[in-house]
Amino acid sequence: MAKRIDVSDLDIYYGNFKAVEGVNLSIEPRSITALIGPSGCGKSTFLRALNRMHEVIPGARVEGKVVIEGQDLYGADVDPVDVRRQIGMVFQRPNPFPTMSIYDNVAAGIRLNNKKMKKADLDDLVERSLRGANLWNEVKDRLDRPGSGLSGGQQQRLCIARAIAVEPDVLLMDEPCSALDPISTLAIEDLMAELKERFTIVIVTHNMQQAARVSEQTGFFNLNGVGQPGRLIEFNPTEKIFSNPEMKATEDYISGRFG
Amino acid sequence: MSTRTPPAPAAPTSAPPATSTAASRPKLPRWAPWAVFAAAAVAAFLVGRLTSPNLALLVIYTVVLGTVVLYVVSRVVEGPRKATDRLVTSVVYSAFGIAMVPLLSLVYEVTRRGAERLDGEFLNSSLVGITGEGGGAYHAIMGTLIITALTTLISVPIGLLTAIYLVEYGNGRLKKAITFLVDVMTGIPSIVAGLFAYALFALFLGPGIRLGIAGAVALSVLMIPVVVRSAEEVLKLVPNELREAAYALGVPRWRTIVKVVLPTAVAGLGAGITLAIARVIGETAPLLITVGITNATNLDPFDSRMATLPVYAYYQLTQPGVPPEFAIDRAWTAALILIILVMGLNVVARLISRFFAPKNSR
Repeated sequence: MAKRIDVSDLDIYYGNFKAVEGVNLSIEPRSITALIGPSGCGKSTFLRALNRMHEVIPGARVEGKVVIEGQDLYGADVDPVDVRRQIGMVFQRPNPFPTMSIYDNVAAGIRLNNKKMKKADLDDLVERSLRGANLWNEVKDRLDRPGSGLSGGQQQRLCIARAIAVEPDVLLMDEPCSALDPISTLAIEDLMAELKERFTIVIVTHNMQQAARVSEQTGFFNLNGVGQPGRLIEFNPTEKIFSNPEMKATEDYISGRFG
Repeated sequence: MSTRTPPAPAAPTSAPPATSTAASRPKLPRWAPWAVFAAAAVAAFLVGRLTSPNLALLVIYTVVLGTVVLYVVSRVVEGPRKATDRLVTSVVYSAFGIAMVPLLSLVYEVTRRGAERLDGEFLNSSLVGITGEGGGAYHAIMGTLIITALTTLISVPIGLLTAIYLVEYGNGRLKKAITFLVDVMTGIPSIVAGLFAYALFALFLGPGIRLGIAGAVALSVLMIPVVVRSAEEVLKLVPNELREAAYALGVPRWRTIVKVVLPTAVAGLGAGITLAIARVIGETAPLLITVGITNATNLDPFDSRMATLPVYAYYQLTQPGVPPEFAIDRAWTAALILIILVMGLNVVARLISRFFAPKNSR
């Protein structure tokens, strides 16, 4: 299921403002790719461009190509809704649907899209997704309780379960641990290591140790100054980035000399 | 003034050495405000006996005198910051009291005079053949309920869809124009709405036309902007993260709105709509023009005149007949029923927002 993503000459705009410029990179299937960089450098914008979520903001648009297994995401005949069904996303703040139970939250991807599924199959899918998100044992006795009653870390794993329930090819994670304590963070990192067997994972993080712990590839974004577009400075295997980076700016950033 | 003596000396003697530090100033005891106002009441009563015993004046004397004395005492003993706090507290309570006076007196008066005829006959009979005693407002109650229901039926879909457009889809000039027009509509005098509906129906059905549906249209002109405004505010409160969560699952926009945004906001929407109904149910002027009045029961809003509670009360009061007291009693009872309806709707609104609010329990 996991798929490869090739990005070439990608420029991202908000109205007339160029937020990200000239990104070229390839994301390998069944691996974790981390994106790091200072605030405002465009890593989240780039991530949202990968499943056309940034289009939700009025005036946002993209130039360049994003190709997933030979299919251009920004082709004229491609529906952004279909793209998002293939490429799931987990957000910075846990956002379970407050009107729905834990069960309904996981089933939301199926139910909201009006796919018909037998009750037994749906039960099965919910259990599989919750097990996949390492949450099943904690919630199996209260599937009908509201999802908002869980702790922050549990809510985030519920959101991951919700995202993987629709069986996407790629999972995008936008700082999924920044609102969580270290224990919950560890749970999510362990989970990512399991999920990469099935999905291609791209994670944006402010935590460089996290990038070093979980990812195979790391991309470093930076910007020259306020109002300038963000750029991909370096994209290399994680060990290389953190031990022997090619670019001076990368070394400065990861060694804490700026940012 | 002798009233100042009880609280003033009590406080400073309790902690004489501590007064030198800024952190621990002497405080007035907790009963000080009560004592001051009780003393002020006694003083006001004594002054009142010399002049004229008028309850409202006595209360005003008491409040003003008590506030001033409490402020001065507090300033001397506790310092300026505490004194200001006590002054503002007194002003806030007084303002609350002033606001409650008309409300309580209105409810009291309407209940007292309306309860007299609040009986089975009033609820079950119309005014056909009634010249003096007896009679009821069955036809007016039904008319009000029917016309308000029709108004809701017209206003809620239009208002809700407009709000959804403004919050979820609209941008740029059209959104600004609609927002502006809704604001203007909010300020339309109700009589203008009535004239508009009358003119509209007169255009097709000839002058002098009176129909229940025309009244519903007039009330809709008043209700739609209220629904749009309240629904817009409620929909804006739905966190954007929930919409994004749904989009990220590949859910189309309209289905996100129907299945995620509206259910999340349903409590606020229900409460807002109920309050909008309460807002229009007591309108008199537009119904006077568009629906008119009748003594008989007419339950068909598409056929001739209907009676409604506000208009019923108006005519019973202005054209009571001879002798007048029976009709005036009926007017008060109609007013009481109207107040009960509005209060009931407010209670319903509260229940809606309590029962449909997203549960947050573990």
